[in-house]
Amino acid sequence: MSRAASFARNAWRVTMRNMLVWRRLVLPTSIGYVGEPLLYLVALGFGLGQVVPRLDGMTYAEFIAPGLVVSTVMYTATFECTFGSYTRMETQGTYDAILATPIAIGELVAGEILFGGIKAAFGGVIVLGVATAFGLVPSWWALGVAPVALLAGLRFSAMALVTSSFSKSYDVFNYYFTLIIAPMYLFGGVFFPLDRMPAWIQRAALLVPLTHVVTLSRSLVRGTVSAGLVGNAAVLVGFLCPAYFLAEYGLRRRLER
Amino acid sequence: MAEPVVEATDLEKRHGDFEAVRGISFRIEPGSCFGILGPNGAGKTSTLRMVQAVSGPSAGRLRVLGLDPVSDGATVRARIGVVPQDDNLDPDLDVRENLYVYARYFRMSRAEAERRAQTLLEFVSLTDKSNRRIRELSGGMKRRLVIARALVNEPELVVLDEPTTGLDPQARHHVWQKLRELKDRGVTTAITTHYMDEAERLCDVVVIMDRGRIIATGAPAAIIREHAGEEVIELEASEEDEKKILDGLSLEGALTERTGDTRLFFLSRRSGLADRLIERARAARAPCLLRNASLEDVFLRLTGRELSE
Repeated sequence: MSRAASFARNAWRVTMRNMLVWRRLVLPTSIGYVGEPLLYLVALGFGLGQVVPRLDGMTYAEFIAPGLVVSTVMYTATFECTFGSYTRMETQGTYDAILATPIAIGELVAGEILFGGIKAAFGGVIVLGVATAFGLVPSWWALGVAPVALLAGLRFSAMALVTSSFSKSYDVFNYYFTLIIAPMYLFGGVFFPLDRMPAWIQRAALLVPLTHVVTLSRSLVRGTVSAGLVGNAAVLVGFLCPAYFLAEYGLRRRLER
Repeated sequence: MAEPVVEATDLEKRHGDFEAVRGISFRIEPGSCFGILGPNGAGKTSTLRMVQAVSGPSAGRLRVLGLDPVSDGATVRARIGVVPQDDNLDPDLDVRENLYVYARYFRMSRAEAERRAQTLLEFVSLTDKSNRRIRELSGGMKRRLVIARALVNEPELVVLDEPTTGLDPQARHHVWQKLRELKDRGVTTAITTHYMDEAERLCDVVVIMDRGRIIATGAPAAIIREHAGEEVIELEASEEDEKKILDGLSLEGALTERTGDTRLFFLSRRSGLADRLIERARAARAPCLLRNASLEDVFLRLTGRELSE
Protein backbone atom coordinates (compact mmCIF):
# COMPACT_ATOMS: atom_id res chain seq x y z
CA MET A 1 0.00 0.00 0.00
CA SER A 2 1.33 3.42 -0.90
CA ARG A 3 2.18 5.91 1.82
CA ALA A 4 -0.70 8.20 0.89
CA ALA A 5 -3.25 5.37 0.90
CA SER A 6 -1.93 4.13 4.23
CA PHE A 7 -2.12 7.64 5.69
CA ALA A 8 -5.69 8.12 4.47
CA ARG A 9 -6.75 4.74 5.79
CA ASN A 10 -5.33 5.32 9.26
CA ALA A 11 -6.78 8.83 9.44
CA TRP A 12 -10.17 7.42 8.41
CA ARG A 13 -10.00 4.89 11.28
CA VAL A 14 -9.73 7.79 13.71
CA THR A 15 -12.63 9.57 12.02
CA MET A 16 -14.69 6.36 12.20
CA ARG A 17 -14.06 6.06 15.94
CA ASN A 18 -15.63 9.49 16.40
CA MET A 19 -18.45 8.66 13.98
CA LEU A 20 -19.29 5.58 16.05
CA VAL A 21 -19.60 7.76 19.16
CA TRP A 22 -21.54 10.43 17.31
CA ARG A 23 -24.02 7.91 15.89
CA ARG A 24 -25.62 7.60 19.32
CA LEU A 25 -26.01 11.37 19.59
CA VAL A 26 -27.02 12.38 16.09
CA LEU A 27 -30.59 13.28 16.98
CA PRO A 28 -29.89 15.50 20.01
CA THR A 29 -26.98 17.22 18.28
CA SER A 30 -29.09 17.88 15.19
CA ILE A 31 -31.75 19.56 17.29
CA GLY A 32 -28.96 21.62 18.84
CA TYR A 33 -27.75 22.69 15.40
CA VAL A 34 -31.15 23.92 14.36
CA GLY A 35 -32.05 25.61 17.63
CA GLU A 36 -29.71 28.56 17.79
CA PRO A 37 -29.66 29.59 14.12
CA LEU A 38 -33.45 29.29 14.11
CA LEU A 39 -33.70 31.74 17.02
CA TYR A 40 -31.46 34.22 15.24
CA LEU A 41 -33.32 33.78 12.00
CA VAL A 42 -36.68 34.48 13.63
CA ALA A 43 -35.59 37.23 16.04
CA LEU A 44 -33.27 39.08 13.69
CA GLY A 45 -34.45 38.02 10.25
CA PHE A 46 -38.16 38.29 10.75
CA GLY A 47 -38.18 40.56 13.83
CA LEU A 48 -35.45 43.11 13.35
CA GLY A 49 -35.87 42.61 9.59
CA GLN A 50 -39.15 44.55 9.68
CA VAL A 51 -37.25 47.78 10.31
CA VAL A 52 -34.27 46.98 8.09
CA PRO A 53 -34.44 48.11 4.45
CA ARG A 54 -33.86 45.61 1.62
CA LEU A 55 -30.17 44.94 1.07
CA ASP A 56 -29.15 44.40 -2.58
CA GLY A 57 -32.71 43.31 -3.26
CA MET A 58 -32.82 40.86 -0.31
CA THR A 59 -35.05 40.95 2.75
CA TYR A 60 -33.02 40.93 5.97
CA ALA A 61 -33.96 37.27 6.61
CA GLU A 62 -32.76 36.34 3.12
CA PHE A 63 -29.57 38.31 3.74
CA ILE A 64 -28.58 36.59 6.99
CA ALA A 65 -29.77 33.01 6.24
CA PRO A 66 -26.66 31.97 4.18
CA GLY A 67 -24.41 33.43 6.88
CA LEU A 68 -26.22 31.56 9.65
CA VAL A 69 -25.68 28.32 7.70
CA VAL A 70 -21.92 28.76 7.68
CA SER A 71 -21.62 30.22 11.17
CA THR A 72 -23.22 26.97 12.35
CA VAL A 73 -20.39 25.22 10.52
CA MET A 74 -17.85 27.44 12.26
CA TYR A 75 -19.26 26.90 15.74
CA THR A 76 -19.76 23.14 15.33
CA ALA A 77 -16.22 22.60 14.06
CA THR A 78 -14.80 24.82 16.77
CA PHE A 79 -16.64 23.12 19.61
CA GLU A 80 -15.71 19.68 18.32
CA CYS A 81 -12.00 20.37 17.99
CA THR A 82 -11.62 22.44 21.14
CA PHE A 83 -13.72 20.93 23.93
CA GLY A 84 -14.23 17.59 22.16
CA SER A 85 -10.65 16.99 21.06
CA TYR A 86 -9.16 18.36 24.26
CA THR A 87 -11.29 15.97 26.31
CA ARG A 88 -10.14 13.02 24.20
CA MET A 89 -6.54 14.16 24.45
CA GLU A 90 -6.24 15.25 28.07
CA THR A 91 -9.09 13.82 30.13
CA GLN A 92 -9.85 10.46 28.52
CA GLY A 93 -6.39 9.46 27.30
CA THR A 94 -7.94 8.49 23.97
CA TYR A 95 -5.02 9.95 22.00
CA ASP A 96 -2.51 8.01 24.09
CA ALA A 97 -4.43 4.81 23.44
CA ILE A 98 -4.57 5.49 19.70
CA LEU A 99 -0.89 6.37 19.48
CA ALA A 100 0.06 3.02 21.03
CA THR A 101 -1.23 1.42 17.79
CA PRO A 102 0.34 1.77 14.33
CA ILE A 103 -1.50 5.08 13.90
CA ALA A 104 0.89 8.05 13.83
CA ILE A 105 0.33 11.56 15.17
CA GLY A 106 -0.19 13.09 11.72
CA GLU A 107 -2.86 10.51 10.93
CA LEU A 108 -4.57 11.21 14.24
CA VAL A 109 -4.57 14.95 13.49
CA ALA A 110 -5.98 14.39 10.00
CA GLY A 111 -8.67 12.05 11.35
CA GLU A 112 -9.78 14.53 14.01
CA ILE A 113 -9.92 17.41 11.52
CA LEU A 114 -11.82 15.30 9.02
CA PHE A 115 -14.40 14.32 11.64
CA GLY A 116 -14.79 17.95 12.75
CA GLY A 117 -15.31 18.91 9.10
CA ILE A 118 -17.90 16.24 8.42
CA LYS A 119 -19.86 16.94 11.60
CA ALA A 120 -19.80 20.68 10.95
CA ALA A 121 -20.88 20.26 7.31
CA PHE A 122 -23.75 18.06 8.48
CA GLY A 123 -24.88 20.85 10.83
CA GLY A 124 -24.60 23.45 8.06
CA VAL A 125 -26.66 21.35 5.66
CA ILE A 126 -29.41 20.93 8.26
CA VAL A 127 -29.62 24.70 8.78
CA LEU A 128 -29.63 25.15 5.00
CA GLY A 129 -32.63 22.79 4.95
CA VAL A 130 -34.40 24.92 7.54
CA ALA A 131 -33.66 28.11 5.56
CA THR A 132 -35.06 26.39 2.46
CA ALA A 133 -38.23 25.52 4.36
CA PHE A 134 -38.64 29.23 5.16
CA GLY A 135 -38.35 30.00 1.46
CA LEU A 136 -35.02 31.79 1.86
CA VAL A 137 -33.03 29.72 -0.66
CA PRO A 138 -33.93 30.73 -4.22
CA SER A 139 -31.19 29.03 -6.29
CA TRP A 140 -30.23 25.43 -7.08
CA TRP A 141 -26.62 26.60 -6.82
CA ALA A 142 -27.25 26.29 -3.07
CA LEU A 143 -26.38 22.58 -3.40
CA GLY A 144 -22.82 23.85 -3.70
CA VAL A 145 -23.03 25.06 -0.10
CA ALA A 146 -22.50 21.44 1.07
CA PRO A 147 -18.91 21.11 -0.23
CA VAL A 148 -18.21 24.69 0.89
CA ALA A 149 -19.44 23.74 4.36
CA LEU A 150 -17.14 20.72 4.39
CA LEU A 151 -14.15 22.82 3.35
CA ALA A 152 -14.99 25.48 5.93
CA GLY A 153 -15.54 22.79 8.55
CA LEU A 154 -12.07 21.38 7.90
CA ARG A 155 -10.61 24.88 8.05
CA PHE A 156 -12.22 25.78 11.39
CA SER A 157 -11.53 22.31 12.86
CA ALA A 158 -7.85 22.60 11.99
CA MET A 159 -7.66 26.05 13.59
CA ALA A 160 -9.40 24.77 16.72
CA LEU A 161 -7.14 21.73 16.95
CA VAL A 162 -4.10 24.00 16.80
CA THR A 163 -5.55 25.88 19.78
CA SER A 164 -6.22 22.61 21.65
CA SER A 165 -2.76 21.23 21.02
CA PHE A 166 -1.18 24.29 22.66
CA SER A 167 -3.77 24.72 25.45
CA LYS A 168 -2.92 24.04 29.07
CA SER A 169 -6.54 23.94 30.23
CA TYR A 170 -10.15 24.36 29.13
CA ASP A 171 -9.97 28.03 30.20
CA VAL A 172 -7.96 28.89 27.11
CA PHE A 173 -11.00 28.09 24.99
CA ASN A 174 -12.96 30.93 26.59
CA TYR A 175 -10.37 33.33 25.20
CA TYR A 176 -10.43 31.60 21.84
CA PHE A 177 -14.22 31.91 21.62
CA THR A 178 -14.34 35.50 22.89
CA LEU A 179 -11.36 36.91 21.02
CA ILE A 180 -11.45 34.97 17.75
CA ILE A 181 -14.69 33.15 17.06
CA ALA A 182 -17.22 35.75 18.32
CA PRO A 183 -15.59 38.68 16.44
CA MET A 184 -15.58 36.59 13.26
CA TYR A 185 -19.24 35.82 13.77
CA LEU A 186 -20.12 39.50 14.25
CA PHE A 187 -17.77 41.10 11.69
CA GLY A 188 -17.49 38.36 9.06
CA GLY A 189 -20.39 39.68 6.98
CA VAL A 190 -23.13 37.49 8.44
CA PHE A 191 -25.28 40.33 9.84
CA PHE A 192 -24.42 43.38 7.75
CA PRO A 193 -22.85 43.98 4.33
CA LEU A 194 -19.15 44.78 4.60
CA ASP A 195 -19.02 46.75 1.35
CA ARG A 196 -20.50 49.78 3.12
CA MET A 197 -17.79 49.80 5.78
CA PRO A 198 -14.62 51.92 5.59
CA ALA A 199 -11.97 50.49 3.27
CA TRP A 200 -9.61 49.41 6.07
CA ILE A 201 -12.32 47.33 7.70
CA GLN A 202 -13.05 45.66 4.40
CA ARG A 203 -9.38 44.82 3.95
CA ALA A 204 -9.14 43.51 7.51
CA ALA A 205 -12.22 41.37 6.96
CA LEU A 206 -10.47 39.60 4.08
CA LEU A 207 -8.00 38.17 6.60
CA VAL A 208 -10.87 36.52 8.44
CA PRO A 209 -11.75 33.06 7.10
CA LEU A 210 -15.44 33.35 7.89
CA THR A 211 -15.76 36.35 5.52
CA HIS A 212 -14.77 34.17 2.58
CA VAL A 213 -17.10 31.39 3.63
CA VAL A 214 -20.03 33.83 3.98
CA THR A 215 -19.31 35.28 0.53
CA LEU A 216 -19.28 31.77 -0.97
CA SER A 217 -22.43 30.69 0.83
CA ARG A 218 -24.42 33.86 0.02
CA SER A 219 -23.41 33.81 -3.65
CA LEU A 220 -24.40 30.16 -4.03
CA VAL A 221 -27.70 30.56 -2.17
CA ARG A 222 -28.58 33.61 -4.30
CA GLY A 223 -27.27 32.03 -7.49
CA THR A 224 -24.93 34.97 -8.16
CA VAL A 225 -21.94 32.82 -9.02
CA SER A 226 -18.75 34.32 -10.43
CA ALA A 227 -15.15 33.26 -11.06
CA GLY A 228 -14.05 35.35 -8.05
CA LEU A 229 -15.45 32.69 -5.73
CA VAL A 230 -12.57 30.38 -6.67
CA GLY A 231 -10.30 32.88 -4.89
CA ASN A 232 -12.40 32.67 -1.73
CA ALA A 233 -12.19 28.87 -1.79
CA ALA A 234 -8.44 29.03 -2.43
CA VAL A 235 -7.95 31.12 0.71
CA LEU A 236 -9.63 28.39 2.77
CA VAL A 237 -7.54 25.62 1.25
CA GLY A 238 -4.38 27.70 1.58
CA PHE A 239 -4.78 28.04 5.32
CA LEU A 240 -5.65 24.39 5.87
CA CYS A 241 -2.12 23.04 5.27
CA PRO A 242 -0.22 25.28 7.71
CA ALA A 243 -2.91 24.67 10.34
CA TYR A 244 -2.53 20.91 9.91
CA PHE A 245 1.24 21.05 10.36
CA LEU A 246 0.97 23.39 13.32
CA ALA A 247 -1.49 21.07 15.07
CA GLU A 248 0.76 18.08 14.34
CA TYR A 249 3.74 19.95 15.77
CA GLY A 250 1.78 20.94 18.90
CA LEU A 251 0.58 17.40 19.56
CA ARG A 252 3.99 15.86 18.92
CA ARG A 253 5.52 18.21 21.48
CA ARG A 254 2.79 17.44 23.93
CA LEU A 255 2.32 13.69 23.59
CA GLU A 256 5.75 12.31 22.65
CA ARG A 257 7.34 12.98 26.00
CA MET B 1 20.93 -18.12 21.11
CA ALA B 2 17.76 -16.63 19.68
CA GLU B 3 17.73 -12.93 18.89
CA PRO B 4 16.48 -10.92 21.89
CA VAL B 5 13.02 -9.35 21.63
CA VAL B 6 14.36 -6.13 23.10
CA GLU B 7 17.97 -5.08 23.29
CA ALA B 8 18.96 -1.78 24.90
CA THR B 9 22.50 -0.46 25.08
CA ASP B 10 23.39 2.67 27.06
CA LEU B 11 19.85 3.90 26.61
CA GLU B 12 19.06 7.43 27.82
CA LYS B 13 15.95 9.58 28.01
CA ARG B 14 15.87 13.25 28.92
CA HIS B 15 12.74 15.35 29.43
CA GLY B 16 14.12 18.88 29.22
CA ASP B 17 16.68 19.13 32.02
CA PHE B 18 15.44 16.01 33.75
CA GLU B 19 17.34 12.79 33.02
CA ALA B 20 14.70 10.09 33.44
CA VAL B 21 16.88 7.25 32.13
CA ARG B 22 20.68 7.55 32.45
CA GLY B 23 22.32 4.92 30.33
CA ILE B 24 20.80 1.48 30.87
CA SER B 25 21.52 -1.79 29.06
CA PHE B 26 19.37 -4.91 29.12
CA ARG B 27 18.06 -7.75 26.94
CA ILE B 28 14.64 -9.34 26.93
CA GLU B 29 14.77 -12.93 25.70
CA PRO B 30 11.93 -14.41 23.63
CA GLY B 31 9.16 -16.01 25.65
CA SER B 32 10.40 -14.64 28.96
CA CYS B 33 8.73 -12.36 31.46
CA PHE B 34 10.93 -9.36 32.17
CA GLY B 35 10.27 -7.21 35.24
CA ILE B 36 11.33 -3.63 35.80
CA LEU B 37 11.22 -2.69 39.46
CA GLY B 38 12.05 0.58 41.13
CA PRO B 39 10.60 3.37 43.24
CA ASN B 40 8.43 6.05 41.67
CA GLY B 41 10.52 8.27 39.42
CA ALA B 42 13.14 5.56 38.80
CA GLY B 43 12.58 5.73 35.03
CA LYS B 44 10.46 2.58 34.57
CA THR B 45 7.66 4.16 32.56
CA SER B 46 10.09 6.22 30.46
CA THR B 47 11.90 3.00 29.59
CA LEU B 48 8.68 1.24 28.62
CA ARG B 49 7.54 4.18 26.49
CA MET B 50 10.73 3.91 24.46
CA VAL B 51 10.26 0.17 24.03
CA GLN B 52 6.66 0.81 22.93
CA ALA B 53 7.92 3.10 20.16
CA VAL B 54 5.90 6.10 21.35
CA SER B 55 8.84 8.10 22.66
CA GLY B 56 12.27 8.23 21.05
CA PRO B 57 15.49 7.64 23.03
CA SER B 58 17.67 10.70 23.71
CA ALA B 59 20.82 8.59 23.34
CA GLY B 60 21.93 4.98 23.15
CA ARG B 61 20.82 2.08 21.02
CA LEU B 62 17.46 0.32 21.17
CA ARG B 63 16.21 -2.58 19.06
CA VAL B 64 12.69 -3.95 19.48
CA LEU B 65 11.76 -7.14 17.61
CA GLY B 66 14.90 -6.59 15.59
CA LEU B 67 13.71 -3.16 14.44
CA ASP B 68 14.56 0.45 15.20
CA PRO B 69 11.55 1.82 17.14
CA VAL B 70 12.18 5.34 15.84
CA SER B 71 12.38 4.72 12.09
CA ASP B 72 10.06 1.68 12.14
CA GLY B 73 7.71 2.95 14.85
CA ALA B 74 4.45 1.94 13.18
CA THR B 75 5.74 -1.60 12.42
CA VAL B 76 6.97 -2.06 15.98
CA ARG B 77 3.68 -0.79 17.43
CA ALA B 78 1.77 -3.15 15.13
CA ARG B 79 3.53 -6.12 16.74
CA ILE B 80 3.35 -5.20 20.43
CA GLY B 81 0.52 -4.83 22.93
CA VAL B 82 0.36 -2.18 25.62
CA VAL B 83 -1.31 -2.13 29.03
CA PRO B 84 -0.80 1.44 30.25
CA GLN B 85 -0.55 2.50 33.87
CA ASP B 86 -3.73 4.59 33.75
CA ASP B 87 -6.76 2.95 32.21
CA ASN B 88 -7.35 4.77 28.99
CA LEU B 89 -10.30 2.75 27.83
CA ASP B 90 -12.64 4.73 25.64
CA PRO B 91 -15.53 5.93 27.87
CA ASP B 92 -17.52 7.00 24.80
CA LEU B 93 -17.75 3.39 23.62
CA ASP B 94 -19.12 0.18 25.16
CA VAL B 95 -17.01 -2.83 26.14
CA ARG B 96 -17.21 -4.67 22.81
CA GLU B 97 -16.71 -1.48 20.79
CA ASN B 98 -13.54 -0.73 22.74
CA LEU B 99 -12.02 -3.91 21.35
CA TYR B 100 -13.57 -3.57 17.91
CA VAL B 101 -12.44 0.01 17.34
CA TYR B 102 -8.98 -0.81 18.62
CA ALA B 103 -8.71 -3.81 16.31
CA ARG B 104 -9.57 -1.54 13.40
CA TYR B 105 -6.58 0.67 14.24
CA PHE B 106 -4.50 -2.42 13.50
CA ARG B 107 -5.90 -2.70 9.99
CA MET B 108 -8.20 -5.59 10.65
CA SER B 109 -11.27 -6.04 8.47
CA ARG B 110 -14.64 -5.49 10.12
CA ALA B 111 -15.39 -9.22 10.32
CA GLU B 112 -11.95 -10.01 11.70
CA ALA B 113 -12.19 -7.19 14.28
CA GLU B 114 -15.60 -8.48 15.35
CA ARG B 115 -14.24 -12.02 15.73
CA ARG B 116 -11.22 -10.84 17.69
CA ALA B 117 -13.43 -8.81 20.04
CA GLN B 118 -15.61 -11.88 20.77
CA THR B 119 -12.63 -14.18 21.38
CA LEU B 120 -10.92 -11.73 23.70
CA LEU B 121 -14.08 -11.00 25.68
CA GLU B 122 -14.23 -14.72 26.37
CA PHE B 123 -10.53 -14.84 27.26
CA VAL B 124 -11.01 -12.26 30.02
CA SER B 125 -14.51 -13.46 31.00
CA LEU B 126 -16.33 -10.27 30.03
CA THR B 127 -18.67 -11.66 27.37
CA ASP B 128 -21.76 -10.92 29.45
CA LYS B 129 -20.63 -7.29 29.82
CA SER B 130 -20.21 -6.66 26.06
CA ASN B 131 -22.77 -3.88 25.91
CA ARG B 132 -21.88 -2.14 29.15
CA ARG B 133 -20.32 1.30 29.21
CA ILE B 134 -16.84 1.58 30.68
CA ARG B 135 -17.96 3.58 33.72
CA GLU B 136 -20.20 0.67 34.76
CA LEU B 137 -17.20 -1.69 35.13
CA SER B 138 -15.31 -2.37 38.34
CA GLY B 139 -11.58 -1.66 38.55
CA GLY B 140 -10.77 -5.32 38.01
CA MET B 141 -13.01 -5.60 34.95
CA LYS B 142 -11.43 -2.49 33.45
CA ARG B 143 -7.97 -3.98 33.87
CA ARG B 144 -9.10 -7.21 32.22
CA LEU B 145 -10.52 -5.25 29.34
CA VAL B 146 -7.30 -3.25 28.94
CA ILE B 147 -5.39 -6.54 28.85
CA ALA B 148 -7.79 -7.92 26.25
CA ARG B 149 -7.32 -4.73 24.22
CA ALA B 150 -3.54 -5.14 24.37
CA LEU B 151 -3.91 -8.59 22.80
CA VAL B 152 -6.12 -7.51 19.94
CA ASN B 153 -3.27 -7.62 17.40
CA GLU B 154 -1.88 -10.97 18.66
CA PRO B 155 1.31 -9.25 19.81
CA GLU B 156 4.71 -10.91 20.10
CA LEU B 157 5.59 -8.64 23.02
CA VAL B 158 3.18 -7.28 25.63
CA VAL B 159 4.25 -4.32 27.74
CA LEU B 160 2.39 -3.87 31.04
CA ASP B 161 2.92 -0.82 33.23
CA GLU B 162 1.78 -1.66 36.77
CA PRO B 163 -0.92 -4.10 35.63
CA THR B 164 -2.32 -4.90 39.09
CA THR B 165 -2.03 -1.61 40.97
CA GLY B 166 -5.24 -0.92 42.89
CA LEU B 167 -6.81 -4.33 42.30
CA ASP B 168 -8.33 -6.60 44.92
CA PRO B 169 -6.69 -10.01 45.52
CA GLN B 170 -9.15 -11.90 43.32
CA ALA B 171 -8.60 -9.55 40.42
CA ARG B 172 -4.81 -9.69 40.89
CA HIS B 173 -4.85 -13.47 40.75
CA HIS B 174 -6.99 -13.35 37.64
CA VAL B 175 -4.51 -11.01 35.96
CA TRP B 176 -1.60 -13.26 36.97
CA GLN B 177 -3.42 -16.26 35.53
CA LYS B 178 -3.87 -14.42 32.22
CA LEU B 179 -0.20 -13.48 32.15
CA ARG B 180 0.79 -17.10 32.71
CA GLU B 181 -1.50 -18.18 29.89
CA LEU B 182 0.23 -15.68 27.62
CA LYS B 183 3.58 -17.04 28.64
CA ASP B 184 2.48 -20.57 27.84
CA ARG B 185 1.69 -19.37 24.36
CA GLY B 186 5.21 -18.06 24.01
CA VAL B 187 4.36 -14.37 24.25
CA THR B 188 7.15 -12.23 25.69
CA THR B 189 6.09 -9.84 28.45
CA ALA B 190 7.71 -6.82 30.05
CA ILE B 191 6.10 -5.51 33.23
CA THR B 192 6.71 -2.86 35.83
CA THR B 193 5.31 -3.35 39.29
CA HIS B 194 5.56 -2.11 42.85
CA TYR B 195 4.59 -5.52 44.20
CA MET B 196 7.67 -7.60 44.84
CA ASP B 197 5.70 -10.80 45.37
CA GLU B 198 4.21 -10.26 41.93
CA ALA B 199 7.64 -9.88 40.34
CA GLU B 200 8.95 -12.99 42.19
CA ARG B 201 5.97 -14.97 41.02
CA LEU B 202 5.87 -13.90 37.39
CA CYS B 203 9.27 -12.73 36.22
CA ASP B 204 12.12 -14.81 34.86
CA VAL B 205 14.44 -11.84 34.98
CA VAL B 206 14.11 -8.57 36.83
CA VAL B 207 16.05 -5.36 36.81
CA ILE B 208 15.90 -2.96 39.73
CA MET B 209 16.10 0.67 38.67
CA ASP B 210 16.82 3.69 40.81
CA ARG B 211 17.21 7.28 39.66
CA GLY B 212 17.46 6.32 36.00
CA ARG B 213 20.02 3.54 36.41
CA ILE B 214 19.86 -0.24 36.69
CA ILE B 215 21.33 -1.25 40.05
CA ALA B 216 20.67 -5.00 39.95
CA THR B 217 19.85 -7.57 37.28
CA GLY B 218 19.10 -11.28 37.35
CA ALA B 219 16.61 -14.02 38.10
CA PRO B 220 14.62 -13.15 41.26
CA ALA B 221 16.06 -16.07 43.24
CA ALA B 222 19.63 -15.24 42.26
CA ILE B 223 19.21 -11.54 43.07
CA ILE B 224 17.72 -12.39 46.45
CA ARG B 225 20.59 -14.74 47.32
CA GLU B 226 23.15 -12.19 46.24
CA HIS B 227 21.72 -9.17 48.03
CA ALA B 228 19.64 -10.51 50.91
CA GLY B 229 20.90 -14.00 51.67
CA GLU B 230 18.42 -16.83 52.15
CA GLU B 231 16.84 -16.17 55.52
CA VAL B 232 16.00 -12.99 57.31
CA ILE B 233 15.64 -12.49 61.02
CA GLU B 234 13.76 -9.47 62.20
CA LEU B 235 14.70 -8.66 65.78
CA GLU B 236 12.60 -6.08 67.56
CA ALA B 237 14.74 -4.44 70.23
CA SER B 238 16.07 -1.05 71.26
CA GLU B 239 19.72 -0.41 70.49
CA GLU B 240 20.67 -1.03 74.09
CA ASP B 241 18.83 -4.34 74.38
CA GLU B 242 20.24 -5.34 71.02
CA LYS B 243 23.77 -4.85 72.29
CA LYS B 244 23.04 -7.16 75.22
CA ILE B 245 21.49 -9.81 73.01
CA LEU B 246 24.35 -9.79 70.55
CA ASP B 247 27.05 -9.56 73.20
CA GLY B 248 29.83 -12.00 72.41
CA LEU B 249 28.06 -13.46 69.36
CA SER B 250 30.10 -13.58 66.17
CA LEU B 251 27.96 -12.45 63.24
CA GLU B 252 30.54 -13.82 60.82
CA GLY B 253 30.16 -10.82 58.56
CA ALA B 254 26.40 -11.34 58.03
CA LEU B 255 24.64 -8.35 56.48
CA THR B 256 22.51 -6.42 58.93
CA GLU B 257 20.47 -3.29 58.76
CA ARG B 258 18.58 -1.26 61.31
CA THR B 259 15.22 0.33 60.53
CA GLY B 260 13.31 2.03 63.34
CA ASP B 261 13.01 -0.39 66.25
CA THR B 262 13.91 -3.42 64.18
CA ARG B 263 17.28 -4.95 63.28
CA LEU B 264 17.35 -7.14 60.17
CA PHE B 265 19.90 -9.95 59.70
CA PHE B 266 20.36 -11.37 56.21
CA LEU B 267 21.72 -14.88 56.60
CA SER B 268 22.63 -17.98 54.65
CA ARG B 269 21.00 -21.22 55.82
CA ARG B 270 24.31 -23.01 56.35
CA SER B 271 25.61 -20.55 58.91
CA GLY B 272 23.38 -21.77 61.73
CA LEU B 273 23.45 -18.22 62.98
CA ALA B 274 19.66 -18.04 62.87
CA ASP B 275 19.22 -20.66 65.60
CA ARG B 276 21.70 -18.96 67.90
CA LEU B 277 20.06 -15.56 67.37
CA ILE B 278 16.58 -16.90 68.06
CA GLU B 279 17.77 -18.61 71.23
CA ARG B 280 19.26 -15.38 72.55
CA ALA B 281 16.24 -13.31 71.59
CA ARG B 282 13.94 -15.74 73.42
CA ALA B 283 16.10 -15.55 76.49
CA ALA B 284 15.86 -11.75 76.40
CA ARG B 285 12.13 -11.92 75.63
CA ALA B 286 12.61 -9.79 72.51
CA PRO B 287 10.15 -10.38 69.64
CA CYS B 288 11.97 -12.11 66.82
CA LEU B 289 10.82 -13.39 63.41
CA LEU B 290 12.52 -15.80 61.04
CA ARG B 291 11.42 -15.78 57.40
CA ASN B 292 12.68 -16.38 53.88
CA ALA B 293 14.51 -13.54 52.16
CA SER B 294 12.38 -11.86 49.50
CA LEU B 295 12.72 -9.51 46.62
CA GLU B 296 11.29 -6.82 48.87
CA ASP B 297 14.38 -7.09 51.09
CA VAL B 298 16.59 -6.63 48.05
CA PHE B 299 14.53 -3.74 46.85
CA LEU B 300 14.64 -1.90 50.16
CA ARG B 301 18.33 -2.62 50.69
CA LEU B 302 19.27 -1.31 47.27
CA THR B 303 16.91 1.62 46.85
CA GLY B 304 16.90 2.79 50.46
CA ARG B 305 14.18 2.75 53.08
CA GLU B 306 13.51 6.44 53.21
CA LEU B 307 10.78 7.87 51.03
CA SER B 308 12.24 8.73 47.66
CA GLU B 309 9.83 11.57 46.92
